[in-house]
Amino acid sequence: MIRRRGTCASVRRTARALMVGVALLLWSGATNVHAATNFDLEDRVREIASELRCVVCQNLSVADSPSDLAKEMRNLVREQVQQGKSREEIQAYFVSRYGEYVLLSPPKRGFNLLVWGLPFLAIVVGGGVVYLVARRWTEQASANRPVADPAYAERVRRELKDREQG
Amino acid sequence: MIPTLGHFVLFLALGMSLYAAGAAVYGARLGREDWLASSRNAVLANLCLVTLAMFLLEYALITSDFSLRYVANNSTRGSLTRYKIAGLWGSLEGSILLWVWLQSLFSALVVARYSDRHQAVMPYVQAVLQAICAFFLLVMTFAANPFATVFPVPPDGRGLNPLLEVTDMLIHPLLLYLGYVGFSVPFAFAMAALITGRLSGEWLKNTRRWTVVAWLFLTGGIFYGGWWSYRTLGWGGYWAWDPVENASFMPWLTGTAFIHSVMIQERKGMLKVWNLVLITLTFALVIFGTFLTRSGILGSVHAFAEGPVGMLFLGFLALVLLFSLGLVAYRADRLQGHGELDSVVSRESAFLLNNVVLIGICFTVFLGTIFPLLTEAIRGAKISVGMPYFNRVSVPLGMALLLLMGIGPLIAWGRASLNNLRRNFLKPAAAAVSGTALLWALGVRQTEALLAFFCCFFVVSTIALEFWAATRTRAGATGEGFLQALAALLLRSRRRYGGLIVHLGVVIAIIGIAVSSIYKVEHEVTLKPGEQIEIGPYSVRFNDLQAGERPTHILVWANLTVIKGNTVLTELRPGQRFYPNQQTPFASVDARYHWNEDLYTILSTFERDGSSATIKVMINPMMAWIWIGGGVILLGVLVAVLPERRLAMLTARAKAQPA
Amino acid sequence: MSWKKLLIPLASVPLILLLAYGFRTDPKAIPSPLVQKAAPDFRLKAFDGGEVSLAELKGKPLVLNFWASWCYPACYEEAPLLEATWKKFKDQGLMMVGVDIQDKEANAREFLQRFGFTFPNAPDPGSKVSIDYGVYGVPETFFIDRQGRIVYKHVGALTPEFVEAQVQSLLKGK
Repeated sequence: MIRRRGTCASVRRTARALMVGVALLLWSGATNVHAATNFDLEDRVREIASELRCVVCQNLSVADSPSDLAKEMRNLVREQVQQGKSREEIQAYFVSRYGEYVLLSPPKRGFNLLVWGLPFLAIVVGGGVVYLVARRWTEQASANRPVADPAYAERVRRELKDREQG
Repeated sequence: MIPTLGHFVLFLALGMSLYAAGAAVYGARLGREDWLASSRNAVLANLCLVTLAMFLLEYALITSDFSLRYVANNSTRGSLTRYKIAGLWGSLEGSILLWVWLQSLFSALVVARYSDRHQAVMPYVQAVLQAICAFFLLVMTFAANPFATVFPVPPDGRGLNPLLEVTDMLIHPLLLYLGYVGFSVPFAFAMAALITGRLSGEWLKNTRRWTVVAWLFLTGGIFYGGWWSYRTLGWGGYWAWDPVENASFMPWLTGTAFIHSVMIQERKGMLKVWNLVLITLTFALVIFGTFLTRSGILGSVHAFAEGPVGMLFLGFLALVLLFSLGLVAYRADRLQGHGELDSVVSRESAFLLNNVVLIGICFTVFLGTIFPLLTEAIRGAKISVGMPYFNRVSVPLGMALLLLMGIGPLIAWGRASLNNLRRNFLKPAAAAVSGTALLWALGVRQTEALLAFFCCFFVVSTIALEFWAATRTRAGATGEGFLQALAALLLRSRRRYGGLIVHLGVVIAIIGIAVSSIYKVEHEVTLKPGEQIEIGPYSVRFNDLQAGERPTHILVWANLTVIKGNTVLTELRPGQRFYPNQQTPFASVDARYHWNEDLYTILSTFERDGSSATIKVMINPMMAWIWIGGGVILLGVLVAVLPERRLAMLTARAKAQPA
Repeated sequence: MSWKKLLIPLASVPLILLLAYGFRTDPKAIPSPLVQKAAPDFRLKAFDGGEVSLAELKGKPLVLNFWASWCYPACYEEAPLLEATWKKFKDQGLMMVGVDIQDKEANAREFLQRFGFTFPNAPDPGSKVSIDYGVYGVPETFFIDRQGRIVYKHVGALTPEFVEAQVQSLLKGK
């Protein structure tokens, strides 16, 4: 098997670029916020309500739940949105009454950073491990491989090139 | 009579399975064929006993024998027969019986099919499978007896939860259980390989079909569950990231990772330890799932917990983890593969990245599921980790996976030369860019949507080009017609093309998921009779409210007319069902399901005199594509695993047609 | 086998321990952030027509009970106990108020009549008061001291011994 040093380096560069690309992809996804481009009242109410937990249901948000209490909570949210309260203020309103439990997504502070950060960390670490393992295997392979006679290697290289381009 | 007989039969079955496990190990260690033969008979006897137990319980259900507590809790005299039958798996005790039955059936099938080959490992495979049976039987005989009696005998049963008295109940749990139990087979083979030290990877070849079929059932179960939830539960969604839903998703993720990384072991003999760990994790997650469902430590709509059952399952989970991981550690030296790669950029690396992303998603889902428990243990506070969190973190990971699905098949095994990469990537990338640009020109501006579409176009083009190029080459070489060449191609490299069809199905489902969530439109309004609401291109007019008595409940519904443009499209009747034993009514959804978008209506609240009704209307664009994608996945798996003979018959028939 | 390899199976132990801990917690019990804080004010129109508000009750210990006619069996179990407690302690200065949540008036009045409640009971339109008190199910009972501070929140049906003890301690307190 012929080693084309130039290609190997450029292939490695491509690999690195690929990984950077994937990382950027992940980062962009994680930080993108579904911006409320449409300030229609109902949309805003639903947006905020979808992050509050319906306390009488199992795992549903106040926006999705068909229960009566959820309907009342939606009404309260609507009232407060109409009064101009921000999302944080409305969330604080419910948290002061029900505790952190009522937030369907843990706020990004303190201990909760674990649940937000660990997945990202796991992917990065995993990707790193894959890279190291792949590199070790590549080095093992090249260490085990016998080196071909240079003149013969050149001839085969030329013929391969012709074939690829033909 | 039935209660005592049934309980006794279960007891016997427990003894039988313990014997089958023990005799197999004993016979294997001493090389005694008579013990091995006896243990094989015990496996069959175990199946007969468990079948008898199941038959007894079904008989009690169908004849409405309410002296059994289980029958009283899960059926009523007036239920339709098929729901009486389905009552078997309506709650805890019976669901375990169903599980045991499937487990002993699979045990018997494996023993019948493989005991004349793989002599060395079969006893241990059998022992592991029977040990699993024994555990479930143990739970039933000592903690969750389906044949327990109740006194005084109630005149009528409480019945299944009305939400479960639907046809879906006949299908969804079965699909899931087939998947769960199916994964125990490759697990057993892996354990047997570790125990006997036969680590050449032969066990992979033996169990490949089992694994893929188990995966298929689990996939089917998950899709079906989502479809059921969407059509029936009345909140307009299909996946709530409920702990028990997550518990079915996690083994699916590791199972998918396993199916992929196994291909590397088959070709290059690498990743032996990793594959063993993966299948162990998959089975452990299956047990974790049943633990969550039956222990009640995490609240869930699906949970049906009682008593010491939870602790028994936790004990079993601990046993499985310690035993299998211990074996892996014990044999780790002998498992080191001679990993060799020609280049860092190769299909092997793509597969490894696939594993990283899939395990990453699994880890994320797992962390999110147990984080409330962890927080309570460490901080003493109760928090929620729900849909917004899971959606937020899984979307980017899903995109990465999508991208890998496109890139992976394009890179060659071993090494990828730059020319090779350039050639294979150019056309799909160009197609993806132009497709996305077209969408942008048509008004699609959301970043997530554009990103999702770009990845999907990329993957679809790689798949399409692959099929096209290969078919054209073959047709050119053999002179066959295009369709014939395509069919022959599918038959020849079933795994590859079946796999590509599965990827296509996944892409279709992902497009459905992305579009239906990004472009969902929802309105909730209170209407008086005659008033209407505009949503998208539709007008929905509330005509009136009606009520009617049904055999088991009272139904109140709103008559809605859907108008598009100037034509009446359809009439919808969302309603609420009021059951005598239930505090809150159940939603009765009505929707217009269409391949390109669903118009979904729910009746929220209403005035008793019919003077007004609050209706929630939603447009879910491309929702049907999720279910269609599921169907394509099914098709792809069938192509990949259907046995040789049947496909050969199809080809012969195709060839026999006038050329 | 080297100790390093032992780590592989042992890695699962912390998880098992965490799950075992899960048996000691109740996923449905939500701790209230209002305990030891000032009770939220309320102003409601009672079933008998009168008005009842927290401000007026200042200086007296209050047992605030949330119920509903559809809450079976818990509310039905504790109802006689509530009425009995009220009769026993009302002359000692105890106040008791019942709030009916998410109910239909006819059913509520039937419930009141059935148990012969003589202490003020009011419906909660819009569930405002329920939400202010962080109510997530019925029955729930709040024990409020003379300064208007929530001393304890009880979820579920009350027991005689528990109510007796709480009320005594409220009456003794300043």
